[in-house]
Amino acid sequence: MNVIEVKGLKKSYGQVHAVRGVDLSIPAGEIFALLGPNGAGKTTTVEILEGFRSRDAGQISILGFDPQTQGHAARQWRDRIGIVLQSAADAGDLTVIETVEHFRGYYSKPRKTDEVIAAVGLEDKTGALIRNLSGGQRRRLDVALGIIGSPELLFLDEPTTGFDPEARRAFWALIEQLRGDGTTILLTTHYLDEAEALADRVAVINNGLIVEVSTPAELGGRATAKALISWRDGSQVKMEESDNPTSVVSRLTTQFGGEIPELSVTRPSLEDIYLKMIGGVHEQDS
Amino acid sequence: MNKIPSALNLGIRRGGLEIRQFARQRESVVFTLLFPVILLAIFGSVFKDTIAPGVTFSQYFVAGMIASGLVNTGFQALAITIPMERDVGGLKRLRGTPMPASSYFIGKAILIAVSMIIQIALLFGFGLLFFGVEMPTELSKWITFTWLVLLGSACSTALGIAFSIVPKSGRGASAVVSPIVIILQFFSGVFFVFTQLPTWMQQLAAIFPLKWLTQGMRSVFLPDSFAAQEVAKSWETGRTFLILLLWLVIGIFFSVRKFKWDRD
Repeated sequence: MNVIEVKGLKKSYGQVHAVRGVDLSIPAGEIFALLGPNGAGKTTTVEILEGFRSRDAGQISILGFDPQTQGHAARQWRDRIGIVLQSAADAGDLTVIETVEHFRGYYSKPRKTDEVIAAVGLEDKTGALIRNLSGGQRRRLDVALGIIGSPELLFLDEPTTGFDPEARRAFWALIEQLRGDGTTILLTTHYLDEAEALADRVAVINNGLIVEVSTPAELGGRATAKALISWRDGSQVKMEESDNPTSVVSRLTTQFGGEIPELSVTRPSLEDIYLKMIGGVHEQDS
Repeated sequence: MNKIPSALNLGIRRGGLEIRQFARQRESVVFTLLFPVILLAIFGSVFKDTIAPGVTFSQYFVAGMIASGLVNTGFQALAITIPMERDVGGLKRLRGTPMPASSYFIGKAILIAVSMIIQIALLFGFGLLFFGVEMPTELSKWITFTWLVLLGSACSTALGIAFSIVPKSGRGASAVVSPIVIILQFFSGVFFVFTQLPTWMQQLAAIFPLKWLTQGMRSVFLPDSFAAQEVAKSWETGRTFLILLLWLVIGIFFSVRKFKWDRD
């Protein structure tokens, strides 16, 4: 059974049709990235799946539960999921360890506090007040609180916004570790390299509809797109598009009798494909 | 598989956490806990007269200060701080966990109760030492006092949580909530002798719980002979209990039904 199963999800705000019929199937253990520009319906979709918003139409099953479930069943459901929201700046007067330890008490089968703190790389900050953490450290605490209940499904909303490149790499390693534990992850992100590095599959959402679901390598026909070969011939930079770049390189090797000056072979990046799919609309801010 | 912790268990844990967070905001701790004492000092120094044979204004004012302390600490503090917690995303985060809303409410109630006990102890201490405030000697008055504090505290907590849905943001909350509380204090006979207020003010105040809490506290701290000087010529203890209970139910109803975890 799929961890996330969504059929015909719709949601409008007055005249604005934010989500116009979204289908999603995400099996257990998969890291699934939802990409889309602001206003595409990404946040609305995720917040409906998280149980924060109601829907107008559609069937949803998250670990076998409807996210609108109330009462004790809702608690049992939330016991099995983890949510890392976009921004939270609460509990500044508590220390890292106090907060993680407190949230640990909410769950029936939590991870160990010190293991989680170590996993997010905050071992040196256990006694620090949250107000004194840097933005990246706060974000890692957010993740710690999201995974302390050993969730089967983790929602990660723009997890690395504002990270420096090194912190981002460390964060990716943490997500890989969760993958190893079998956690299913639904990731939304603005960063295409992040989706490429982490996701098994990506979905592109635009104007409230899923445009395509595919692996990052195959999205938008990327795997079969022509490669661009460029090199220098005397004073000129030459370029050639080809389905068979290897044979082009081989031909050039013979032509130059060895090293080809300034050779590069590139395929369209995920970002190129993505921008083409969403019609060039791409905003970084939220 | 282990069971999810009970709502009460988590509520008690939340109470501990709330107290810890509160205790770390030093300025706020000192001001909140000493505010009634400061007011007693000011009013006790200004009004030296007796308002009835054997009843000093300080004695009258202690009753009003405990009652309005319940409103300040519960209703006012919660109706301002909950929107702030909501603004920074703290409530939404909690919403995403298996912790039930009732645990969050229990945690707040524990914080308010503990804060009230400390305030009352300070007020009694300073009142006895510096302002000649006399403590009741009959057991029945202490019983009345105990249920008034418990019920008043619960009522104030529930109404504060319920009213937290009104301010749109944490920044604007104080501007919405504080005037309501101050006006209510003037109308309810906290700062002035209630019977000297205009009739329309008395009638308006009688709708809200603060008037009844204040009157109830007077029944504890003033001699029974003073009851004849109340509007109804009696302490109206039974009616006070019922009105506070009614407001408690209203507060819980709106807290449970309408509580807002998220800004939009």
